[in-house]
Amino acid sequence: MSNRSRRAALTGPLGVASLILVAAFVVLAVVAPPLWGERADLVDPGAMNQGPGPGHPLGTDNLGRDILARALVATRLSLAMALVATLAGAVAGTALGVLPTAFGPRVRRWFAAVIDVWLAFPVLLLAMFVAIMLGTGTTASVIALALTMVPSFARLAQTLSASVGGSEYLAAAKVLGIPRHRQLLRYVLPNIAEPLILNTTISVGGGLLALSSLSFLGIGVKAPDYDWGRMLGEGLSAIYTTPTAALAPAVMIVLAGVAFSMLGETLAKAVRGDAGSTAPRRAVRERPAPLAAEERDDDVLLDVAGLRVTFPGGVTPVREVTFRVRPGEIVGIVGESGSGKSVTALAVAGLLPASAAVHADRLTFDGHDLRGRTEAELRGLLGTRLGFVPQDPMTSLNPALRVGRQLAEVVEHHSGTPRASAWRLAVERLAGVRIADPERRAAQFPHEYSGGMRQRALIAMAQMERPKLIIADEPTTALDVTVQRHVLRLIAEASREHGTAAIVVSHDIALLAGLCTRLLVMYSGRIVEEIDVAALPRAAHPYTRALLGALPDLDTDRSLPLTTIPGRPPTPAEFGAGCAFAPRCGLAAPECEDDDPPLLTLDGGRRLACPRAHKETVHGNA
Amino acid sequence: MKVKRVPAGAAAFLARRLARLLVAVLVVVTISFAMVHLTPGDPIRTALGPTAPEELVAARRAALGLDQPLLTQYAAYIRGLLTGDLGHSFVNGQSVAEVVATRLPGTVQLAALSLGLVLLLAVPTGLLVAVLTRDGRRRGLELGYTAVTSFFHAIPEYLLAVGLVFLFAVTWPVFPVAGITGPSSYVLPVLSLAIVPLAVLTRIARAESLRALGADYVRTARGKRLSPRLIYFRHVLPNTLTAVLTLGGTMVTGLIVSSVLVEKVFNWPGLGSVIVQSIELQDYGLVQGITLVYAVVVLVANLIVDVLLGLLDRRTTLREEAA
Amino acid sequence: MGTLEIRGLTVRYGRGRSAVTVLHGIDLDVPDGGVLGLVGESGSGKSTVARAVAGLVRPAAGSIRLDGVEVRGAADRRVQMVFQDPYASLNPRMAVGESIEEVLAVHTPLARRDRAAEAARLLDLVRLPAQVAGRHPGDLSGGMRQRVAIARALAARPEMLVADEITSALDASVQAAVLNLLRDIRRELGLSMLFISHNLAVVRYVSDDVAVLNLGRVVETGPADALVGSPRHPYTRELVDAVPRLPAPGDHLAG
Repeated sequence: MSNRSRRAALTGPLGVASLILVAAFVVLAVVAPPLWGERADLVDPGAMNQGPGPGHPLGTDNLGRDILARALVATRLSLAMALVATLAGAVAGTALGVLPTAFGPRVRRWFAAVIDVWLAFPVLLLAMFVAIMLGTGTTASVIALALTMVPSFARLAQTLSASVGGSEYLAAAKVLGIPRHRQLLRYVLPNIAEPLILNTTISVGGGLLALSSLSFLGIGVKAPDYDWGRMLGEGLSAIYTTPTAALAPAVMIVLAGVAFSMLGETLAKAVRGDAGSTAPRRAVRERPAPLAAEERDDDVLLDVAGLRVTFPGGVTPVREVTFRVRPGEIVGIVGESGSGKSVTALAVAGLLPASAAVHADRLTFDGHDLRGRTEAELRGLLGTRLGFVPQDPMTSLNPALRVGRQLAEVVEHHSGTPRASAWRLAVERLAGVRIADPERRAAQFPHEYSGGMRQRALIAMAQMERPKLIIADEPTTALDVTVQRHVLRLIAEASREHGTAAIVVSHDIALLAGLCTRLLVMYSGRIVEEIDVAALPRAAHPYTRALLGALPDLDTDRSLPLTTIPGRPPTPAEFGAGCAFAPRCGLAAPECEDDDPPLLTLDGGRRLACPRAHKETVHGNA
Repeated sequence: MKVKRVPAGAAAFLARRLARLLVAVLVVVTISFAMVHLTPGDPIRTALGPTAPEELVAARRAALGLDQPLLTQYAAYIRGLLTGDLGHSFVNGQSVAEVVATRLPGTVQLAALSLGLVLLLAVPTGLLVAVLTRDGRRRGLELGYTAVTSFFHAIPEYLLAVGLVFLFAVTWPVFPVAGITGPSSYVLPVLSLAIVPLAVLTRIARAESLRALGADYVRTARGKRLSPRLIYFRHVLPNTLTAVLTLGGTMVTGLIVSSVLVEKVFNWPGLGSVIVQSIELQDYGLVQGITLVYAVVVLVANLIVDVLLGLLDRRTTLREEAA
Repeated sequence: MGTLEIRGLTVRYGRGRSAVTVLHGIDLDVPDGGVLGLVGESGSGKSTVARAVAGLVRPAAGSIRLDGVEVRGAADRRVQMVFQDPYASLNPRMAVGESIEEVLAVHTPLARRDRAAEAARLLDLVRLPAQVAGRHPGDLSGGMRQRVAIARALAARPEMLVADEITSALDASVQAAVLNLLRDIRRELGLSMLFISHNLAVVRYVSDDVAVLNLGRVVETGPADALVGSPRHPYTRELVDAVPRLPAPGDHLAG
């Protein structure tokens, strides 16, 4: 939520237009009555119901009064009524919504029920009640409108103060002993004021419309006063002869209504800070160069070279990533947030949003070049060969479909399996990931599953077609440690029993070390080291070593501090020419800042992107 | 968290909603009773005008039972309501129930046709536009769509009605403007009533569809390499329905209320014209009876929407049950 | 001084038939200047222990005593808490310095001008430059915010610090820095600490004693190394087995 985007929202064309319009209406409300008030009330029996002409730009009404002057003069009453009613409704509603928080839960529930019933009453009906009880007229309709606004403000204030009341910063303030009035003034109010003010602005527009509809019906403003609504109601009968009598106030109502709602919306956008969304660049679909014959390799399932992902705005979270996966092998990609590990996995799986541009010198899976394929071609190629396990099991299953259905549709769609046998297969796969009572479970909806069970179901789903490769993006991050172990075991079993290869992405190097045979360590969008898990204790890259030292395990020496990395990783927008890790690196020398070190292949398939560490290992081994 | 299958929960849910309806109706009945009896001045005198002879006013008061003690009147009022007696006009003594019986169908027709139109068009349009403009594609279409829907969003129904009258009855007289003279008389009133909620609801439908398109479970579906047709209709559409219908449900109320205004513009023979008229005539007997009918219609409509949503989306009900 | 004694702590959420008991009469002890680690999985009730000790949750039964004196609800200065999510626990509308000085105003006799200096000292204590005082939480990284939260808790001069999952939202390298900081602070200030985490390896590294919480009950307590080295309760054993281990030099990985 940067200040820049806030300003962008307000200075955007919509923001400027709404500000100008609202300002114009306010000026009009102030100056119109003294300027044109007399002219607007001047009855001219000689010029009744005239069309637009000289002297009367918009014609005259049924008493010969100038329509334009009346429409302008009516601004003051129309706006004032809407403002007063909205403010009264907002103040009363906010009080009603915030006050109950001071009492017990019983009072709170009671208030909520009252607001519920109140909300169910439509504006106009309530207004009619009030208009009848107080007699129709200006005051009555303002009170009526205020009353109809109370419950929605109360509901908003209630929701907001409940969310602030449940917030950790308020809990923190309580523990820190901040006095109650300060909690209210510094913690609660500032955090609920903004949405309330926004809602008030938007409500002025709505209030204006509602009030004019009351006057239009004849139960609002009474003669000799007039607002736009009453002018409209009276003008309607003359719409065949002098349409301007109805259209002029109608235009004013719409303009004012639009101006206030638009201002509210722009303010809301400015607060949310989502104004300046940059237009995404379409993904460039380049015609790939044909593969040279010698690069085909039967022992390689997935072959990625020079993978580069560019997001809209030119940000490049993945740069020149090259790696291979052999059949049945489990490869881990490890890195911290922002390292590009998930983007790499999603790019290979073809699941990045269309606005991301994916370029690769080589992207071959199971003998097929995946570059430059259409969505439909990819569906055919990958549907039965590649399974995907997402990160968050709580949100990755469709809440509206039975779990069994979500599994079964995979084989129905790709292999044309009939419904019944697809369901049987789904039950079988659920049993395969050790979900007890799979027949019953298959017929349940995701919300009836625990987190661990959902992730198992997702793993079962990825295996419906017995794919050759499973790509799992942080599959255990959201799970408890004991559950995590069971889930990882399922991936290992698939590899052992069915020869399924897997790419597993995680921030936890120890976790991957227990599952994978080989690790790719990523930093700032590049692979900095590739290493067999067994060789991890002899990891060479300073970043890999720091990562290993930073993570306490059950044997860590408690008398020594953990390894830390000073500074923070660069964001993709900050990538420079040199090694991205150099500013935080203990081994760094001046030349590290100049050139990004290439990923060099060492013996035994090991790769390393640090010449200085390379020298050390060579010396160390020698 | 394990949740039991809930016939019992559903029954409790229904019972609670019915109880809430009952309370609300009681509140409405009391308010509408109070409306006439706590109003300053003498409503019968007001209704009959200052020139009516004192004997006539007294006789009408006695005939309507307005000379009895308040509690007796309240009891009689409730008793009357239970037997379908909605009271009588203060002006001419006409039975409110009769007026409602002749006028309600007109209003219901108008509201039902408009609601049908809105529900039929909103979701498909919203989904289609969402699919076409996802990931920031077709900025032009998105801009135009937003502009058109925001424009109609900002216009109240009765203004739209006036505009339509001006365009299609005054400028190009294509459709009739007043009363029911044939199927073509429905076109303008139904459009005036439907266009605004349609604009609002398609916007919501698009926003919901976009949200669903960006959801993790849709990525899972893409990960399964399902065809776009399957993804849109099986994975996106059902997940947008609940939110769209919830908001659509709240619009039913607005629709019924807007019909009052639209009826006035088109001189439509419905309840709305009657109530506006009787407010002008200060015929509180008629106003009392008709507002009560409106309020109950609105409350029942809300209940039906609530129950339908509860059945449609077990999860919301359950969540509420757990809360 | 800061000896914490929890006896028979029982916490229920909800009322009547729908009430759920999340803590079933647990006993815990933190010796003066010691660190007790509390480990458990989601639903174990570990965060409820933190909130009860900090006075944010009213126990249904049991006592929480600090140096023999019952902890008086949330306003008790002697117990301070650092929350899990540094993005949520700082008021987004207050500058860092303001947040800290506000606490100093309540709990110390310092004059207004001395508070700024004290805030700078506290920031230095958590290894943050004094300029951070002028920034808002939104401008800081997760690790920096968590340091600010620690500094703010220390401003109240507590005797007991409750740390509830304070590193679980952080990257590994940032987590290491925060853990090191806790060690240093403990050494410098002699604070007692209740350190709560789902990560047994992290708990073991920070704590003297470890208590294992499962479904609202303490199933095992003991000195950190002994508990991890030879767990007795089957659940503890399961937790120990579940911790991923890095291959030690010379290890041969099976499977």
